[in-house]
Formats: sequence, structure tokens, C-alpha cells
Amino acid sequence: MTAELIRLVGVGRTFRSGDIEVRALRDADLEVRRGEYLSIVGPSGSGKSTLLNIIALLDRHTAGTYRFEGTDVTELSEGARTGLRAHRIGFVFQSFHLLAHRTVTENVIMSMLYNSVPRRERRARAMAALDRVGLDHRAGFRPGRLSGGERQRVAIARAIATRPAILICDEPTGNLDSASTESVLELFDDLRSDGLTLLVVTHDDAVSTRAERIVRMHDGRLSEPVAV
Amino acid sequence: MAVGRLRARLRVRDLLAEALAGLFTRPGRSLLTALGAVLGIASLVATLGIAETAGAQIVTAFDELAATSVVVTNDRGFFGTSQAQVALPWDSEERVSRLNGVVAAGTMAEVPLGGRLTSAVPVNDPLGLTEFQMPMIAASPGLYAAARGQLSTGRWFDHGHSERADRVVVLGTGVAQRLNVTRVDQQPVVFVGDASFTVLGILEDVQRQPELLNALIIPEGTAREMYGLESPTTVQIDTEIGAASLISAQAPIAVSPDDPDAVQVQAPLEPDEVRAGVEEDVNALFLILGGVSLLVGAIGIANVTLVSVLERIGEIGLRRALGAGRRHIAYQFLLESTGVGLFGGVIGASAGVLVVVTVSALRTWTPVMDPRIALAAPFLGALVGLLAGLYPALRASRMAPVDSLRAGATG
Repeated sequence: MTAELIRLVGVGRTFRSGDIEVRALRDADLEVRRGEYLSIVGPSGSGKSTLLNIIALLDRHTAGTYRFEGTDVTELSEGARTGLRAHRIGFVFQSFHLLAHRTVTENVIMSMLYNSVPRRERRARAMAALDRVGLDHRAGFRPGRLSGGERQRVAIARAIATRPAILICDEPTGNLDSASTESVLELFDDLRSDGLTLLVVTHDDAVSTRAERIVRMHDGRLSEPVAV
Repeated sequence: MAVGRLRARLRVRDLLAEALAGLFTRPGRSLLTALGAVLGIASLVATLGIAETAGAQIVTAFDELAATSVVVTNDRGFFGTSQAQVALPWDSEERVSRLNGVVAAGTMAEVPLGGRLTSAVPVNDPLGLTEFQMPMIAASPGLYAAARGQLSTGRWFDHGHSERADRVVVLGTGVAQRLNVTRVDQQPVVFVGDASFTVLGILEDVQRQPELLNALIIPEGTAREMYGLESPTTVQIDTEIGAASLISAQAPIAVSPDDPDAVQVQAPLEPDEVRAGVEEDVNALFLILGGVSLLVGAIGIANVTLVSVLERIGEIGLRRALGAGRRHIAYQFLLESTGVGLFGGVIGASAGVLVVVTVSALRTWTPVMDPRIALAAPFLGALVGLLAGLYPALRASRMAPVDSLRAGATG
């Protein structure tokens, strides 16, 4: 197993709408190593989300090559990409995306439905993940009764329960107040020290400075300042 | 790790659990959605059940009376005057009774009274009306059984009375009332013109040839001697069940061997034809109705499932991000709509059976229903749900995960 987890070379994404072409991402080169805590920052419309969707295998790039754990995913079938998402990638969204009618535990278990975790192991792994984010006492609650910070931590528990290779977070603190933001960022630090690879997309400099490496985006281009 | 091995998969059991959870998180909506299927299936089941019940009911009624009744007359009919009327032989009763399948047979004919009046007392009473114009029918002894008559008192005449031309009479219940005759134990006498007749009995009811109830009934031999009756006009035959069509072919030959076509035969329809006719009539109309309501139900399910898909875009995006393939999403929504249809089918089948039983109870019918209909109905409901869910499921599975996640940014 090499240290390299993700490698983008000259990756671009062009959106077409009739005759109009929008180049949301141009010529992006990026390497993410295992265990790294990487932050991508930039203003709205800079192409952060486009880049994140491509890295997360939710979208296909239109130029360049993308290797995930040494495999070129450019020409991978939709089914294989879905399989990769199920087994190797964890997601945290700005808007949590918890199912309101299910309990916290059921929400966490949902991430294990699609990746062959044996049925009898799921509950134990969900409880372990909830324990890891400090919410095991909320296991039977519905998301509506939790605070924003707690909801996001449930979403993180859902993401890490599948033991992914990388946790991809899209504006994870965008809907949170400062206290909740801090609790989530501390959790990221803890997960980082456990050895989890973290990729956090944000427009908030206070969030990005917690990462050990920051990549800036502007007008669809990546620029990597000297690591802090 | 080989990427090819990392397939997204979903166990059938998990899929079922997710679909069920989808239904039960909004039980109210699921119930309302199923209502369309309930109504459609219920009307289909009720239609088929009632058609079958009514068909069986009509056949039962025919079995009891009409299906065992054959009537032969020498009536030439409304237009059949070109040919001479044949005279039925006096021994028609005996000839027909010899046929295999005949339970009872009897002959009858109206006796022309030539204006003679009937009275129960031989004196003129200036204060009241005591003389009536009443029809007289000459009957053979066997007619009583063949018409399934019932005497309230007394007896029916026999062959002896007829051969001796005894002046005896059996009064139809209507005649007995008007003549004020209620008992026969003191041998009351009625007068027809100047002739007196001893009353043998009072006929209370018949199931065939109801004109007997309003007539003076005398033996054939008596009518022949006293009024010159030339021949019986009608042969009433009571057959065994299932023998009617055979007897209706043989009886004309028996009573009129030299010209069987000269007599008229009234025979019942075949039971199968009756049943098929009734079921076809009822089915054709109501099956269309049931089909239409089922279609409306299907459109309802499709609509609500589509709305549900649009509402749950965020969930779809999340599931795709978590590794659900397109087909997993499609299966889930298909299963949900199929579940709604199945549920609607179960409730609808029960409601339909209930309707059949209720209608039967109100009409005092025997509910008749092919159990396969009730058993197949839930599956028809599931099929409707499955078909209704096809388009919404396809829509759901075609959504790009990126768009779904963005569009469904709630909760």
C-alpha cells in the first residue's frame, strides 16, 4: 500500500449548456496522501464543489486523469464507481442529509446497507461510530431532536462507520454556529490523529486553518501555497 | 485492493426493510395512496362475486320450477291459423307418463259453459249477488301432481270419478271464496246452471297453471259427457331435473305421433345458457367499471409515488453517495409502490367479499364465489402497484447524485 491515495493530473471539467461552455475546473493537479488533513478553500463559484464531486466520484471529469488508490477511475464503469463510493469514501454534507423519520442509529446503519457489512455486525459498528463522535447516548433519538452540531456528528458517525479510506466533507460547518463548529472541528482533529484521511472543502478560513495543508481555488484553478 | 471487487450490493432483506420503512414512516399517506387500489380491487371482486352469485341464484330458481316444466299445447299460436288444430288424445296423460324422466303429467282444457252461471245455493236471493260467471276447467287426475298443487281441504278427483263422469268439482281458492265455501266435510254442492256438483276439495295453491286457482275444476270424463268437450288442450308435464330438454323433444311425438310439429312445446332454457347469459351481462358492464376504477387507482399510486420521489430527492442523492446503484434506488421505489398495491389489493379483496356477502344477505341469496378471485386479487393489486411505480422509479434512478444532493439540501 503506497502513501498516495488520490492523484489528479491535468483534470478539467467543462459544463455544456447549448452553445455555452463553462470551464468550472481547469488543469487541476493534486495529490492526497494517506492520513493527510487537506482543506480546499475558495469563494463561491470558484469550482470547489466541482472538484469535490469529481474526487468523490459523484461526477466525471472531462479532461486529465484521476487515480484513486492507484486505479485509474477515468474509464471506470458507473457500477464500479458506485462500488468505490460504497466501500472507500465517506461523505459529510453541509445540510447533514439525515432521514428525519429514522432514528440516529438507523441513519448510521444506512451507510452499511450497500457495502456488504454483515447484518449482525452493523448495529455494533454503528454504536462504535456513535461512541467515537460522543453521541452514543442519543442512539434512539430522531434527528429532529438533536442540535445542529449533534446532527453533523451523527452524519460523521455514518460516514466513518464504513471505515472509508477518505472522509470528504463539503462545507461541514456551513450550517453550524461557532460552538457547534468547534465541536465538529475537534472531532476532525481526533479522527485525523486516528489516521483517517480528511478532505474538507470550505469557504471559511477559520475552518481551513485547522488542516495541515491548504489548497486555494480561484476561477476554476488550483493554487497550493507553501504548507503552513 | 482490486477495485473490481468493490461492488455495491444490497441484500434483498435490506431492500425489503428499506421499502417497508419508506411506507411506514408515512402511514397516513401510504393508506390514502392505497385507497385507489382498494376501490379498484374491491369493485372488481364484488362485480365478479355478485355476477356469479346472481347467476347461481337464477339457475337455482329455474331448477326448482321452470327447469322441470314442459308444457305441450295444441294452440296454433297467434298467427298459426292456416293449419287445422290437432286434437290431443284423451290418454295424453298416460302416453306421456310412460316416457322416462317424467315425474307427473296431466291434461286440462277449458270447458265452454255457454253463459251458465255458478252459485252455491239453489234459491234466488233478491238481496245479494249469488250467481257468478266462472270459468270451468276439465282436468285429468294427474294434473294435480303435475301442476304441483296444494289442497287446503278435501281431495282431488281420481280416474274413477272421471270414468263414471261423476258430478264432482274441486274449487280454486278464488272461486271458493266467492262462493263462500270453506269446508267440504258436509259435501257442499255448487250449481252450474241447473246441474249440481259435489265439492270434493279446495285447491289452495299451484306452482304451475295458476288459472286453476280461479276456476271450477271437474274431471275430464264429466266434461266430455255433460258439455261435449272434444279434447284436452294442454298437457302439463313435471320432469326430473335435467330431463326437460329430452322430454320436450319426445312429448310431441307421444301425444301427436302423426304430426308432432302441429303441437306447441314450452320448454325451459338450458341452465348453462341461463347462467352464462346472466354472468356475461353483469360482467361485461361492471368489469369495465372495475377496470376503470383500477386504472384510476393505478394513476393515483403513480402520482403519489412520483411526488414522493421528488420529495425525497435528497434521500436519493444521499443513498447514491453512500454507494447505492441506480437499480437499488429503482428497486426501492418499485417495492414501495408494489407494497402499496399489495396492501390495497388485500383490503380491496376483503371489502369486495364483504360486499358480495352483504348483498347476498340482503337479498337472501347464497353467496357464490370462486375462491381464486379473492386469492388472486391482492396479486393483481401488487401488479398494479408495480406498473404504477415503474415511471417514478425510473425517474428516481436516473437522477444524478450531485444534482439530487444539491436539490434536496434539507434536514
